[in-house]
Amino acid sequence: MKSLLKMTWMEAKLFLREPVGAFFTLVFPLMMLFLFGSIYGNEPQQMFGGRGTVDISVPAYTAMIVATTGLMGLTITMSAYRENGVLRRLRTTPVSPLVVLAAQVIVLFLMTTLGMVLLVIAGKLVYHLRFEGNILSVFMGFTLSSLSFFGLGFILASLVPTARTAQIVGMVLLYPMLFLSGAGFPRELLPEAIKKISTFLPLTYVVNLLRGLWIGEAWSQYTTEVIVLAAMLVLGILVSVKLFRWE
Amino acid sequence: MDTIVKVEGLRKTYGATVAVEDVSFEVKEGEIFGMVGPNGAGKTTTIECLEGLRKPDAGTVRVLGIDPQREGKSLRERTGMQLQSSNLPDRMKVWEALDLYASFYPKAANWNELLAQLGLEEKRNAPFSKLSGGQKQRLFIALALLPDPTLVFLDELTTGLDPQARHAIWDLVREVRLKGKTVVLTTHFMEEAEKLCDRVAILDHGKIVALDTPAALIRGLGAEERVVFSVEGVLPAGFEKALSGESRVEIRGGQVTVHGKNGRKVPLVSEVVSLLGGQGIQFRDLRTEQPSLEDVFLSLTGREMRE
Repeated sequence: MKSLLKMTWMEAKLFLREPVGAFFTLVFPLMMLFLFGSIYGNEPQQMFGGRGTVDISVPAYTAMIVATTGLMGLTITMSAYRENGVLRRLRTTPVSPLVVLAAQVIVLFLMTTLGMVLLVIAGKLVYHLRFEGNILSVFMGFTLSSLSFFGLGFILASLVPTARTAQIVGMVLLYPMLFLSGAGFPRELLPEAIKKISTFLPLTYVVNLLRGLWIGEAWSQYTTEVIVLAAMLVLGILVSVKLFRWE
Repeated sequence: MDTIVKVEGLRKTYGATVAVEDVSFEVKEGEIFGMVGPNGAGKTTTIECLEGLRKPDAGTVRVLGIDPQREGKSLRERTGMQLQSSNLPDRMKVWEALDLYASFYPKAANWNELLAQLGLEEKRNAPFSKLSGGQKQRLFIALALLPDPTLVFLDELTTGLDPQARHAIWDLVREVRLKGKTVVLTTHFMEEAEKLCDRVAILDHGKIVALDTPAALIRGLGAEERVVFSVEGVLPAGFEKALSGESRVEIRGGQVTVHGKNGRKVPLVSEVVSLLGGQGIQFRDLRTEQPSLEDVFLSLTGREMRE
């Protein structure tokens, strides 16, 4: 327990010292919010069911943070730790691999949450963000989404040989997904054909679930989303435990 | 004295390559035991089998009475390991690394004392990536000493360090032993093995070709010793005739080298000095040259150790 606490605290410090990771999780989403907020404002629009651009962007950008942290942050950190021999050194101690993995998950989850909280605060202060959902419900949906994407990140990290490859594979998966799933900008603006493609992207389910819960819709309307994300989470845990390598 | 490490018939292959073949040895409590040999001789594979990081294909390994494959965790709580290639995250500070790693052990040593002992006090707040090679190695030794271990493994400790840093590390290893700890190390520097180790196993092609104290290995070689000095003018012809045994004199310019068999009744140097005195020959810069482990390796394997 003591080692998990120390390890988590250490990883949190390292996360904040690494400017690129911290930028994409904490700063970049705010920049997007201010950029599109200043263009479109947050006036109610028919297309969004009487909600404003900022109202529907905050849950979507939250999905973006979840995907960036899971596919880039986690994957690059873990594969770099393996490639550079950081895990090798840990292996000479009695510490369990579960402690190493758990510390990563806790830190990245806290940072993702922080990223979302910053978005909400900025939205409230600057654009009078509307929120019609239940806070606990949204947080549960957010937790499920984050953990299932972390699972995906761990799978990826155990498959790629180097941190450089992790970065490339992560980007190839992440960027099209950000544009096509509705995380980067509202799916209402996308043509029908592309909306069909988005059904195959895991991030689409995160965007759907978070946007729905955000405006107070019931979980029962999002059974498919919950099943897909829960399946990803279980698969992630099974595969990453099975494939975990110290070196 | 207790046996700390016992290896019998160790064998490890990687695909078709046999890395270690039928290696057996014991390490006693409180000694510095070295494995030397060229790169690829099987030193690292052997030490990693002892550490439990690799699974042997055959043979038995007992470290502190434990099978490293079956009770790895309990072994790692009681041993310190320095690996040939490993790292810490670039932005982790020296004190943070010690503080973190200390939390892994049930009874960790005081890391503040280790920091001072290894001369890293000034680098306390330096990130890992800003340390020099020698400082990194000292930090790794500190990490290896954190569990207050009975046994410390040091793999290629001084590779890539400048001579000054290397000598500083040797002093540290001797201090570790003075505290009653046992040290098992690998090196491809013969000089390091000769100066640091109580006993040395010479490995070549995955096998132990010799195992003894450095002095005994050199003595066993039966090599010659040499006395070298300079003379003013010409060395009188009577000098060589007066030498006993199978000694041989070689003159190059003003420098004279006397070759003699090892293990003589009267040491070669005493004989040479008394002859020079007796014949009233003026000499200076007299020194003796002993064969080294390097010569032992050369004679055992027929090739140079130096890369």
